[in-house]
Amino acid sequence: MRRAIAAAALTLLAVSGPAPAFAQPRETLTIAITQFPATLHPMIDSMAAKTYVLGMARRPLTTFDKDWKLVCLLCVELPTFGNGGAKRVPLADGKEGVEVTFHLDPRAKWGDGTPVTAADAIFAWDVGRHPRSGVAGGEGYRRILKVEAKDARTVAFTQDRVTFSYNDFSQYELLPAHIDRQRFEGDPENYRRRTAFDTEPTNPGLFNGPYRIVQVQPGASITLEPNAQWGGPKPYFRRIVVRTIENSAALEANLLSGSVDYVAGELGFTLDQALALEKRQAARFDFTYVPSLLYEHVDLNLDVPAFKDIRVRRALLFSADRAGLVRQLFEGRQPVARSFVNPRDSVYAPDVPEAPYDPERAKTLLDEAGYAPGPDGIRRDKEGNRLSFEFGTTAGNRIRETVQQALQANWRRVGIEARIRNEPARVYFGETLRKRRFQLAMYAWFSAPEAVPRTTLHSESIPSEANAWSGQNQPGIADAETDAMIDALERELDPAKRKPIWARLQARYAEEAWVLPLYYRADPFVIPKWLSGIEPTGHQYYSSLRIEYWRPK
Amino acid sequence: MIRHAGLRALQGLLVLLVSSFAIYMLLGLMPGDPVDLMASGNPNMTPADVERLRALYGVDRPLLDRYGEWLSGLLHGDLGYSRMFAKPVLETIGPYLANTAALMLAAFALALALGLPLGLLAAARRGGKLDAAINAFAFVSAAIPTFWLGLLLIMVFSVVLGWLPASALPPPGAGGFWVHAQALILPVATLALVETGEYARHMRAAASEALAQDWIRTARAKGASELRVVLGHALRNALVPVATVAALGFGGLFSGALVTETIFAYPGMGKLIYDAVMASDFNLALACLLMAATLVIAANFAADVVYALLDPRVGASRAGGAP
Repeated sequence: MRRAIAAAALTLLAVSGPAPAFAQPRETLTIAITQFPATLHPMIDSMAAKTYVLGMARRPLTTFDKDWKLVCLLCVELPTFGNGGAKRVPLADGKEGVEVTFHLDPRAKWGDGTPVTAADAIFAWDVGRHPRSGVAGGEGYRRILKVEAKDARTVAFTQDRVTFSYNDFSQYELLPAHIDRQRFEGDPENYRRRTAFDTEPTNPGLFNGPYRIVQVQPGASITLEPNAQWGGPKPYFRRIVVRTIENSAALEANLLSGSVDYVAGELGFTLDQALALEKRQAARFDFTYVPSLLYEHVDLNLDVPAFKDIRVRRALLFSADRAGLVRQLFEGRQPVARSFVNPRDSVYAPDVPEAPYDPERAKTLLDEAGYAPGPDGIRRDKEGNRLSFEFGTTAGNRIRETVQQALQANWRRVGIEARIRNEPARVYFGETLRKRRFQLAMYAWFSAPEAVPRTTLHSESIPSEANAWSGQNQPGIADAETDAMIDALERELDPAKRKPIWARLQARYAEEAWVLPLYYRADPFVIPKWLSGIEPTGHQYYSSLRIEYWRPK
Repeated sequence: MIRHAGLRALQGLLVLLVSSFAIYMLLGLMPGDPVDLMASGNPNMTPADVERLRALYGVDRPLLDRYGEWLSGLLHGDLGYSRMFAKPVLETIGPYLANTAALMLAAFALALALGLPLGLLAAARRGGKLDAAINAFAFVSAAIPTFWLGLLLIMVFSVVLGWLPASALPPPGAGGFWVHAQALILPVATLALVETGEYARHMRAAASEALAQDWIRTARAKGASELRVVLGHALRNALVPVATVAALGFGGLFSGALVTETIFAYPGMGKLIYDAVMASDFNLALACLLMAATLVIAANFAADVVYALLDPRVGASRAGGAP
């Protein structure tokens, strides 16, 4: 159905020309995104659309900037061991923790004029760690043992371990205690249903960013206007309208007709759609393709007997023409991945061994592993078992399905059969992948800069019934060396000493081929020529966090 | 007639009850519950988090217990909370239902207003050029996919001509009835045009049959004008089968609305059902699907009533008093 819609749209768009009707006056910026945020509470449920919208209206303590460096947003200075903002402290259990002290920006106020204080940080901690509050990822809050108000604008967090990311509070969302604390304390279990973020989302006191939400049209749009209490650079636009248009063809039609000014790069066009649009609309829009931390890969389920043999795994890697695929399908806009670390990341190791397309080498490896070609061209082991695997991804994702077919053809040439078995995202992610009921699975990870891959590569994160299928080590990687490196990375505070560990971890990942790296997905930013200030980040802290700098040229 | 209507209403309620059970079980048995989905997208969730959230959302309890609790809530007027929207289900559905109702009613009225006269005209000019043209339009209209027509209309009227907005909702704050009506023109036209052909074809068939009856010949012999023959005699009889088709078609509009809502970025029930099912928001999905089922049942009920009103023999025979 989606394919048919896209084909129809392409045909129609090919004959259409620009006619910017219904353009908004420049004091209003209308942005289109493909999702509508279900809840606006910053801690309950994680959703890209919510992150994008709240980026305009709220500020976390810290974030990563466009150069992937950790910076302060709501604080005055990033606390470090060097500047005395962080110190090692003994814990009650005899271990060592870290106390990090943040000085809140004295200009920071909620939209109703109430200052942002340490009480808001403490309230956020109370909600985050409460077992019945409904916060999905409560672990981060529970790792904080104590939050102490040193004074109204100074707050100290005691963490239960010493890790290099001790001062990364980018996911720590301060909550307005003066509005929500009473609702929470009265009935913590029902807080998620009573929070002002959902019951009165236009309450100005919920927002401490450059804009505040003034109108919510369920499922359709969210309107924001400047927050009069914002102490930072004055935002240009008097009104921001974020509209939800889920269909990609309709998204394009709305942009071309002028019903929307800008389609968010992080939550808008697919890469192929943007590439096609660029050929026709380069005069009206600037096209920027930013390789992001979305790492597309194929997981091998290491419980499958054939995948226990490194030669089979490497044969799959050498026989996949990833460079050709990226060149032909994405016009080279998405860099081929060598490991899970993006080349833009400061811990990327450029000397990680490459795995070029080499079908002859793949054939040799398979011969050595004891797989000989059968009468149908598919290899078999000595017992006659065919080298044939189920290969799944999210059904209806046109790009993934195309890549999947290309890989299937690549592998067929060396005698490996991939039987495509795709499922809707809901089933694929919620059941098949999570419960490791796959053989080959293609999907993507999204992470932060220098994110330690504990949940994806450490053996303690292999989903199983015993751990309620939590963790994202879906291949089932159980490697003592990898585990040790992950543990060491987290403990090592010196970036220079972490770098060789990162390099070794990437090399081992590439050598072992537990996972077949494909490419880093690029967010296509289609920015109208008249608009400036949008700085694509490529990570999970979106460009909307700097919306105060967006303005007409 | 009243007894007949009461019986039909009771049957409808029974169908709804069975539907609710079937839908609840199907939703519950689908792979991946809401906590599974949360865990798959959040690497920081621990086993303890999973267990905690399962208990919090009640998905750790047997499906039948959950259904029983839902049913008991329903009898007290409580459809539960939407997990996705963190709001009571009724409060969540309200704006979406209003949007879909506006779209469907307008499209239904337009489809009838175009389809019935066209069908009648074709029947009155049977075999002529006008009949052929209306037939051709009806076939094209029935065959054209909704999404194609929607995109075509957007491209022509929004992108190329720039006359109408591409979205079905005007920008927030853009007030006035005309602005809202203008934004609805394309989606209503899309939804209506694909139904118009269907109604025209049925009307043509029914009216043609009516016009071939002896009493029509008698009316003509008595000197009645052609207009009177068609409107005064043939139309009423032709409406009987068409009423059934139209009533059933009204229920069908609900599914057509999903595509139209998607193309025109219109937050309506079709989209809400899809999102609720995909996100395993059981309460919301169930309420939406039951609402759709209610609509179909109500449309059938309305068809029965209209049928009886148009043809008194039907009501009388069902009441046991027909000769």
